[in-house]
Amino acid sequence: MTVTDSRTHSPTGLGQPPAVRLAAEGVRLAYGDKVVVDDLDLQLLDGSFTAIVGPNGCGKSTVLKALGRLLRPTSGTVLLDGRAITDTPTREVAKVLGLLPQTPLAPEGLTVADLVARGRHPHQSWLRQWSSDDEAVVTEALSWTDMAEHADSPVDALSGGQRQRAWISMALAQGTDLLLLDEPTTYLDLAHQVDVLELVSRLHAEKGRTVVVVLHDLNLAARYAKRLVAMKDGVLVASGTPQEVLTEQLLADVFELEARVLPDPVTGTPMVIPIRRLRS
Amino acid sequence: MSTTAPTTAPTRASAPRSRNRRLLRVGRVSATYRVRDVLVPIAVFLVLVLAAAVSLGRGDYPIGVVDVLGTLVGLGDETQRLVVLELRAPRIAVAVLVGVALGLSGALIQTFARNPLASPDILGVTGGASIGAVSVIVLGGAGTTATGVLGGVGVPAAALLGGMVVAFLVFGLAWRQGVDGYRLVLIGIALSAMAHAIVNYLLTRSAIWDAAAANVWITGSLNGRGWEQALPLALSLLVLIPAALALSRVLGVLQYGDETARALGVRVPLAQGVVVVVAVCLAAFAVAAAGPIQFVALVVPQIAVRLTAGSRPPLVTSALLGALLLVSSDLVARTVLPESFPVGVITAIVGAPYLLWLLVRGRRRSTL
Repeated sequence: MTVTDSRTHSPTGLGQPPAVRLAAEGVRLAYGDKVVVDDLDLQLLDGSFTAIVGPNGCGKSTVLKALGRLLRPTSGTVLLDGRAITDTPTREVAKVLGLLPQTPLAPEGLTVADLVARGRHPHQSWLRQWSSDDEAVVTEALSWTDMAEHADSPVDALSGGQRQRAWISMALAQGTDLLLLDEPTTYLDLAHQVDVLELVSRLHAEKGRTVVVVLHDLNLAARYAKRLVAMKDGVLVASGTPQEVLTEQLLADVFELEARVLPDPVTGTPMVIPIRRLRS
Repeated sequence: MSTTAPTTAPTRASAPRSRNRRLLRVGRVSATYRVRDVLVPIAVFLVLVLAAAVSLGRGDYPIGVVDVLGTLVGLGDETQRLVVLELRAPRIAVAVLVGVALGLSGALIQTFARNPLASPDILGVTGGASIGAVSVIVLGGAGTTATGVLGGVGVPAAALLGGMVVAFLVFGLAWRQGVDGYRLVLIGIALSAMAHAIVNYLLTRSAIWDAAAANVWITGSLNGRGWEQALPLALSLLVLIPAALALSRVLGVLQYGDETARALGVRVPLAQGVVVVVAVCLAAFAVAAAGPIQFVALVVPQIAVRLTAGSRPPLVTSALLGALLLVSSDLVARTVLPESFPVGVITAIVGAPYLLWLLVRGRRRSTL
């Protein structure tokens, strides 16, 4: 199923449409013989903030992995800035595109400063392991995410919300203008979910990062993302602004959920009030 | 060489991002390091020199530590030179080289597998080497002619070959577009068990004196080891140590898991492959020289990571600590215990309590 995007507006209003940074063209993704995602076409524009939503097991994390070059499509292509991402050297990809896995692994005893400094890896070489640029970027990333005071704390001693901040800080230090996040709010309470999404939202608004995030919570996705992509059973079902995508009909079709959709009293974005699960 | 904070970088006018890091800059080379990562290996090295000197002085003709050190730098009388340099030095050299190789190999494998239980023993190096060596001893009758061609050259070569074959078999079976550390350890345990079953079969089928010789080899021993064992090991280390140190940067990223490592621009399967080849070669050459001295590669990286309080086994400290463990175990084996006690028995007795002590008093929760 192909979803073409006709509602693309240039942020500058000068008629120059923003470039396509990341695109999937006829992508099929499989684990072994099991096809998880089929015939996916998707375009992500420069400066966009997209959330991929869908029920459990619909393949949204798999799509993110393919977009981030962690998974090679069995057919079709993922294009990064117009070039097949599988043909681009890993290090070059890592300078443009950052990715936070769902449950990243921090080695025990590692300090926040060391974690964030690791984000500079793609920019370093064996001889030039640390430059004043690196130092400046890391210091900035730490203070921008409010993690400077925790610089010398071990990552495993942080709370869940702080840990996620530390990882986002690392992604920030990597200095990529594309950032893919796989369910960054998992295991966090609501306050920390909001906190992390505020941070991601600021990355988009203040740092101009192009962000793709896989999210479970539809209301938070609608509130923070500028565009939603809905998936079901490995197929892209709808894409557009939150208002366009989050309809009562779509919730019934995709999530098998009877729900009311009201405007969020705070932001005006669609807000889902679940009623009951529909069984076919 | 400047090791001070860079006054040339105005961007660092703000507070340094971390208190315990220092910047090193020599020409185009720049890196950060923690003071502890420099002081600990220096301290371990000094203790190693002391232990080696004590060991070189002990024996039927005792020599004081000061005289030993003097002899090593070219002083000392003829008798001292003969005893220290020609009679005792070869064995200590083998101990140092084997310790360095095993410590380094363990640090590489544990970092790569992200598992403190991983070691060359688990990867099948020991099992494979044992099959090779025991086959030659039992089937070739090298046990009866220990100084013969088969005994001198055949056993180490067979051990080297066997260790590499089984280790790469383990790695090959664990491979699925990259290697998961957990899967690697499980497959290694299975294949090691098979290897040891084969060794036991060979032992039960062999003549009693061959079995006895094979058993001494399996325990790991420095008895009768000299320059002919030290030389091939030293030559291999000339290549393998730089290779291991060159991997240090990649290892620092690999420990974050495959997905993060790839996201940071590391070609994970390639990096894993190179790390395993270097680690297996290190262990196989060490085992070929002195037999499978158990426990060194397992315990040394864990002690080293606790001494340096880092997040992964440090390479240089692990290498030096491996040498120290082996030299001091050999010292105990030669002086405290009855004649020709195999050093492989001592390494566990010396190393295990020390690791336990570090675990009991350590701040980190146990990862073992």
